[in-house]
Amino acid sequence: MGDMTMGGGESGFFTTKLESLLGWARKYSLFQYPFATACCGMEFFAAAGPKYDIARFGAEAPRFSPRQSDVLWVVGTISQRQAPALKRIYEQMLEPKWVISFGTCASCGGFYDNYATLPGIDKIIPVDVYIPGCPPRPEAVLDGLMLLMDKIGRGDKTPAVLKNTALPEGVPEKLEQLYQIRMKGKAPVSPEE
Amino acid sequence: MSKLLLDRLKAQFGDKVLETSSFRGDEVALLDKSVWKAAATFLRDDPRCACDYFVDLSVVDFPDEDEEKGRFSVYLIVYSTTKKHRVRIKTRLFEAAPELDSVADVYVGANWGEREAFDMFGVKFAGHPDLRRILMYEEFVGYPLRKDYPANKTQPLVEYREGTFDKLGPFLPDEGMPFDRAPVDPKSSSH
Repeated sequence: MGDMTMGGGESGFFTTKLESLLGWARKYSLFQYPFATACCGMEFFAAAGPKYDIARFGAEAPRFSPRQSDVLWVVGTISQRQAPALKRIYEQMLEPKWVISFGTCASCGGFYDNYATLPGIDKIIPVDVYIPGCPPRPEAVLDGLMLLMDKIGRGDKTPAVLKNTALPEGVPEKLEQLYQIRMKGKAPVSPEE
Repeated sequence: MSKLLLDRLKAQFGDKVLETSSFRGDEVALLDKSVWKAAATFLRDDPRCACDYFVDLSVVDFPDEDEEKGRFSVYLIVYSTTKKHRVRIKTRLFEAAPELDSVADVYVGANWGEREAFDMFGVKFAGHPDLRRILMYEEFVGYPLRKDYPANKTQPLVEYREGTFDKLGPFLPDEGMPFDRAPVDPKSSSH
């Protein structure tokens, strides 16, 4: 529960700062506005579906009005022609509001370095969390959501990039073993061939 | 197979058919721009051509060939759903006067094709019912698929925010916020 500290001992109350309490409440009830424009949208649907189940984080309710939502998910390529619409939607959202940039195109334009594409939505609106990937897997999406929840809980407003995460202890060794078993008896492939 | 189409065009338009080629079923005729609409109408209405299906209309830009042949090569591909043959007719336009008769009232599908050609290359189609940009916005200056348009020149509609940006994001890799997990060692990652 962030930096809420138990102050009452066995007497059954605790003390906290108001911001911490609000952050704790907000991060578990994020209403989202999906602004899905491109192929990343498919991966967003996968993350929102039952298998990956974004409802575990209290962020499953899409609001199709920016006035009712807390998080703007910008999912996919934004063209220059679309940029005014995106900016207007962002401005319609009520404070407090957060923006997640989903995928490479929304974050920096991706490989669309041309006349038609906005090179990253941070050129027109502030972004809280960047999720890289083309498209990112649902695991990465949930990771990004957890990163945002972490930020909200701490009241941190700096932009954040989702970084690669380490595999759990022992997993790289296990993968190496499986690889050796699979390659057993096969001739090694030299890079020259 | 559909050499027939080229022969029909040559018989109908004579020396207005500047050159023809036929390669593995791709029949191409280069026409003088004065017979452009007449040729499209002929291909649609002649019972032995019967090209009732519009496939594509677009432009190729040859900026080096403006002096001898004309910079823009406009092409129209039509197909016959009954005779199962296909033909491409082309014409060349000079940069000084990129104007051509519209075939939007011959083939309805050419309406948006001609709008795209206007949007991307600035070719003007006389007689088109609604010649506006179709993909880019009205405020856009120039024609982005012309080869002399800078490939990455943007014309933003929304003013960019204050600050220094480049393509790699507004911050360095180790900036941003701390997140309580160990970074990946790229040498040990086998996934």
